[in-house]
Amino acid sequence: MKLIIAAIKPFKLEEVREALTSIGVRGMMVTEIKGFGSQSGHTEIYRGAEYAVNFVPKVKLEIVVAAAMVDQVVETIASTAKTDKIGDGKIFVLDVESAVRVRTGETNEDAI
Amino acid sequence: MTLNTRLFAGVLGAAALVPALAFAQDAEAAAPGFDEIGPYIMTTLLFLVGGFLVFWMAAGFAMLEAGLVRSKNVTMQLTKNISLFSIAAIMYWLVGFNLMYPGEWVIEGWLGPFFAITSLEPVGLGAGDASLDYASVGSDFFFQLMFCATAASIVSGTLAERIKLWPFLIFVVVLTGFIYPIEASWQWGGGWLSEAGFSDFAGSTLVHAAGGFAALAGAIVLGARKGKFGPDGQVNALPGSNLALATLGTFILWLGWFGFNGGSQLAAGTVGDITDVSRIFANTNMAAAAGAVAALILTQVVYGKVDLTMVLNGALAGLVSITAEPLAPSLFGSLLTGAVGGLIVVFTVPMLDRMKIDDVVGAIPVHLIAGVWGTLAVAFYTGNWGAQIMGIVAIGGFTFIVSLVVWFILKAVMGIRVDEESEDVGLDVAELGMEAYPDFSKG
Repeated sequence: MKLIIAAIKPFKLEEVREALTSIGVRGMMVTEIKGFGSQSGHTEIYRGAEYAVNFVPKVKLEIVVAAAMVDQVVETIASTAKTDKIGDGKIFVLDVESAVRVRTGETNEDAI
Repeated sequence: MTLNTRLFAGVLGAAALVPALAFAQDAEAAAPGFDEIGPYIMTTLLFLVGGFLVFWMAAGFAMLEAGLVRSKNVTMQLTKNISLFSIAAIMYWLVGFNLMYPGEWVIEGWLGPFFAITSLEPVGLGAGDASLDYASVGSDFFFQLMFCATAASIVSGTLAERIKLWPFLIFVVVLTGFIYPIEASWQWGGGWLSEAGFSDFAGSTLVHAAGGFAALAGAIVLGARKGKFGPDGQVNALPGSNLALATLGTFILWLGWFGFNGGSQLAAGTVGDITDVSRIFANTNMAAAAGAVAALILTQVVYGKVDLTMVLNGALAGLVSITAEPLAPSLFGSLLTGAVGGLIVVFTVPMLDRMKIDDVVGAIPVHLIAGVWGTLAVAFYTGNWGAQIMGIVAIGGFTFIVSLVVWFILKAVMGIRVDEESEDVGLDVAELGMEAYPDFSKG
């Protein structure tokens, strides 16, 4: 099993969810986050004073899938979330040791 | 605008009650017709409707300020707003009303009595005992008390996010019980300024600039919020928590202002008076719109983007500007007066920042500076520049100096500023233990 962590632009969330559902992903965790990468930030103005917003809003997806599906999921996220403009986000893949479904007690791949 | 005889008339009316009872039969026979009581009823209604509209401005200030402070200080700002209004209501009854409209002066034209609690007409007042040339004392008191509370509301916005609750409320006691009623008595109570030819229809100077001066004195003694000004003199933005609330607050204030200016006609019983009231409504609205549009265009030109908070302040500055003379101008004249108010805001908000005076909601540009402008602009219609300048200097000087003294005393005796840690954490948690938006504390 693998954990895929993806930070994407918030307005791409719905599109990415649809694309992932259509390739058989059955669940994900979503968090509103702020952060910076090569996009860094931007300046805003408030009552005549400019200020830097160094952290920009993103949405973080956490998806656990069977190892065999990883490449397809990563590829789907990357192609769907892409706008070709700076700040499209990042995708990370980590190993997962175990998983449990709380209701049934099923474990590992049966649980995801 | 001279009301000093009103209360006196009320007292005489009450004194006349006893003989009136004795000759009840005669009084009934001579009961006044509608032609005689109509103006009294209309003017009383004007005060009641005007009064609850101005009351609603307290909600406007509360929402505007809640929106323009950071989320960690919202509960405190709301607490200050409801407390200051309520204190003003009690102080105005206890001292303010009769100090502002003295039946008998202690110092002729300058100072009314300190110990004269307001009382109302008896229940079921007979027409023969009413002051039929004016309005009921109850409606007059109710209406004027709202103006007193408005002056205090102006102060709370400027000093937000760093002042302790109780010293602020003690200042409100002094402002609403003494400072405001005394300076307002000079003009509206029939005091020396009204004799001198000063003109301030609904209070650009008496209410708004006075509140602004009290706020300015407080801001100087209190100092800026932590982090507002950097070590190299840079100005840091501390964006407000909720611009939807700030916008709602501005619209509520705009609505309330129709009562503020319209009610200040102080008469509605003739074709001329009620038509003047409608003229005031239309002019007031025009000035607000012009102030907003002026700020809209100017922020686009100066900053390259429109700044909503400045547009909101612009509308309010337009309202303050027209308050000194909302009757005489044409609609076009009101547009010009209001637009200049809007421009003043966009230029003076950064100016105050450069002077290191931290005014969280822009109350000083809106109420003080636009108030001075509106009061001066009256001279375009009266021609009496000297009297306008004298009024501004006298009321501004008195309010500023007395406020400064009170702030310094409060600072020396109990301290007016929260400690640095409380300011970092936010006054909601540090001073009140209650958050406005407790998302994570309880499901």
